[in-house]
Amino acid sequence: MQKPFAITLDIGTSLANHTGSWRTERPEYVDRLPPCNHACPAGENIQAWLYLAEEGDYEGAWRKLMEDNPMPGVMGRVCYHPCESACNRGQLDEAVGIHAIERFLGRTAWEQGWKPDPPAGPSGKTVLVVGAGPSGLSAAYHLTRMGHAVTIREAGPMAGGMMRFGIPKYRLPRDVLDYEIQRILDMGVTLELDTKVENIEAAFETENFDAVFVAVGAHLAKRIDIPAHAAGRILDAVSVLKDLETGVEPPQLGRRVIIYGGGNTAMDMARTAKRLGAEEAMIVYRRSRNEMPAHDFEATEAEDEGVLIHWLRTIKEIDESTFTVEKMEVDENGRPQPTGEFETLEADTLVLALGQNVDTTFMETIPGVKIAKDGVIDVDETLMTGYPGLFAGGDMVPAERTVTVAVGHGKKVARSIDAYMKGERYAPPEKHGLATFEAINDWYYTDADKTVQPALDLIRRQTTFDEILGGLDETTALFEARRCLSCGNCFECDNCYGVCPDNAVIKLGAGKRFKFNYDFCKGCGLCAAECPCGAIEMTPETI
Amino acid sequence: MTQRIKFYQTGTLTVGNRLLDEDNRTVQGTVDRSNSLTSGHRACQGCGEALGARYVVDAAMRAAGDRLFAVNATGCLEVFSTPYPESSWQVPWLHSLFGNAPAVATGVRAALRAKGRTDIKVLAQGGDGGTADIGFGCLSGMFERNDDVLYVCYDNEAYMNTGVQRSGSTPPAARTSTTPAAGAAPGNVFGQGKNVPRIAMAHGIPYVATASVADLQDLEAKVTKAMNIDGARYIHVHVPCPLGWGSAPCDTIKLARLAIETGLFPLYEAEYGDVTDVTPIRRRMPVEDYLRPQKRFAHLFRPDLDAEVLAQIQKIADDNIEKLKLLD
Repeated sequence: MQKPFAITLDIGTSLANHTGSWRTERPEYVDRLPPCNHACPAGENIQAWLYLAEEGDYEGAWRKLMEDNPMPGVMGRVCYHPCESACNRGQLDEAVGIHAIERFLGRTAWEQGWKPDPPAGPSGKTVLVVGAGPSGLSAAYHLTRMGHAVTIREAGPMAGGMMRFGIPKYRLPRDVLDYEIQRILDMGVTLELDTKVENIEAAFETENFDAVFVAVGAHLAKRIDIPAHAAGRILDAVSVLKDLETGVEPPQLGRRVIIYGGGNTAMDMARTAKRLGAEEAMIVYRRSRNEMPAHDFEATEAEDEGVLIHWLRTIKEIDESTFTVEKMEVDENGRPQPTGEFETLEADTLVLALGQNVDTTFMETIPGVKIAKDGVIDVDETLMTGYPGLFAGGDMVPAERTVTVAVGHGKKVARSIDAYMKGERYAPPEKHGLATFEAINDWYYTDADKTVQPALDLIRRQTTFDEILGGLDETTALFEARRCLSCGNCFECDNCYGVCPDNAVIKLGAGKRFKFNYDFCKGCGLCAAECPCGAIEMTPETI
Repeated sequence: MTQRIKFYQTGTLTVGNRLLDEDNRTVQGTVDRSNSLTSGHRACQGCGEALGARYVVDAAMRAAGDRLFAVNATGCLEVFSTPYPESSWQVPWLHSLFGNAPAVATGVRAALRAKGRTDIKVLAQGGDGGTADIGFGCLSGMFERNDDVLYVCYDNEAYMNTGVQRSGSTPPAARTSTTPAAGAAPGNVFGQGKNVPRIAMAHGIPYVATASVADLQDLEAKVTKAMNIDGARYIHVHVPCPLGWGSAPCDTIKLARLAIETGLFPLYEAEYGDVTDVTPIRRRMPVEDYLRPQKRFAHLFRPDLDAEVLAQIQKIADDNIEKLKLLD
């Protein structure tokens, strides 16, 4: 064809002009680790199940959740939700109420009778789990899913461990606990109650278990020496809370009760004492509110219910019902120091809530097993003790003592045991980089305040063990799920597709996300700047 | 103004959303948008005008059932989209002179009517130079005759492709190659320039609106509305220019958003000369946040902060907010 002067190209579309060659930086889609997932001790993929819940796919969300945690109903109630403390939305208005949605999914699964995905085919391997607490139950669930045959041996008369014997009913109704435990057992787990395991080596040698996971918790109440001329009743909180579950008669605490300690157990004990009819339930704690191990909301809830907290006091002497307490001061290291000033309190019963120790006597003689500092079992990063095939987790090992940590140990140990039985060593996959608040373009998120869960009237809180917090209904749960920012993970808002001046983003259709057309992308970075959730990263081009 | 849907993580602030009804999604969020201005054009990285033009023409195509004819004044948009022999336009498109796009559009309209093709809609578009300055007489004539044309001005506030010369739309204090940042009053002078949407309103035409690349839903709603009105219509779209403004290419939408949120570029609609609706400011920002990232205003911050000039610009924003009730 005859071309006009100085024209070298044919007439046609500009698609022949590949502007991608201008680029010095290229956008790339990334998945970053959302802070909620990062903070979850049970390793839940919270963002992923919220994504499904946002669509109203509650079963899908529940199944995603169940990949990591077999007890959403329990966890939605008792977990201290570090996910919400880490939630980026907290810097915008208020954190997403993850626990409330988890609880909603737990209840919906119950109402709908959803069953866990069927286990993998039988592996022929057998595992003994010692202790039917959150850690043992979680391990049994995950191992069963992997196709291993699991037997749980529990020394007590009921499964649940501290979920039953440590957490009062007003925070965790027992029907929820029973249902979620039974669902795990229904998968084919053998539970032997009232069976105390004394000889672990025999489980390997005589019974031929391929691996053993010990998770008996920490049940020995710490004691303290207090000079007493004529002591009144002194009890420990762990025993009282346990008796409440197993005993026929509720424990008699008297009219005035002092609880000694500042942890969550002390708060639960004081609130339980109120509900058992104590006129005065007082907490005596040696440090101030700032240093207490209990969560602040628990102290607030206890105070709301009429519990009186004497901060900065230690008990020096007991004479029948008269308690001499010394005022303390907190020094710059956060340690309490005596002041030499004294006062007296009147009470009928003293309940100690000073923490718990692990009973390690049945483990100490096993070759290779080491006791770590603070009297807990020493384990490696796969939770295996020095004895090959023997694993330990939950409150028995060095870690924060919460139900969620225990459930996380159960999952982790299941993976470790699975690898061990294959002659391998479990290595966790590499994690994505963290999705920080700075990576979020908060302009695009509309204002939406956190949904408030209904709470029981104060008078009923003081007198009954009814659950305090109500659940969310479907509409409010959906609203709450949709408050998720989806940090670091594409949620298909079409922004990148829309804002590209060069039409260089290809929309792949619902659920398939997008891809870049690098033939035309000039690398302006608008897509990355306008991505609400920080799922696009600009990286320098290499030539 | 569009109806905001209080829904989901991002409501309707994003381009689309997998959970929104199809009816509530933008044209730009759909796979079958016409991409009237397709890839391979030679606009700078992060060009606001390229983005704005695709937003507008795709929405107009949708509203016109793909029966659309576009006339384009000389300017950046024409230069970067159609260097002979390539074209980025996927719509019947005619290049006019710099100053006569409104008149050419009038002619196209008349020719189509003569051929009985009243089903085809006519769109004319130009930059702020072609609109506010060079084509001003033709535009006024088109308005006066109430010709059935939608005229869209992409306002990047100077003559960009010829080397960033001042136009009638350049804001006060802005540095351009013809208003250098030198002397006692650096940059463009205060009190000059033209507010073309206001002038369009003064003609009493059926529809006038301002829009921005930072508010896609609002822009598409206005284009769609305009396409369904007969007679002369005018939409003035704010389109940041990384080259002329001295801003980062990735900040184009952010700056357009700040222009809205500071009150410097108010979004409103007017019918037959009266303002009928405004898009309220969502998060009010001081003008300094808008000016500081742009090198054309660098002399206001270096070597010392020019508090007096900043206060003058802030007053312009405040007056807009008060006059149009942008915070209600």
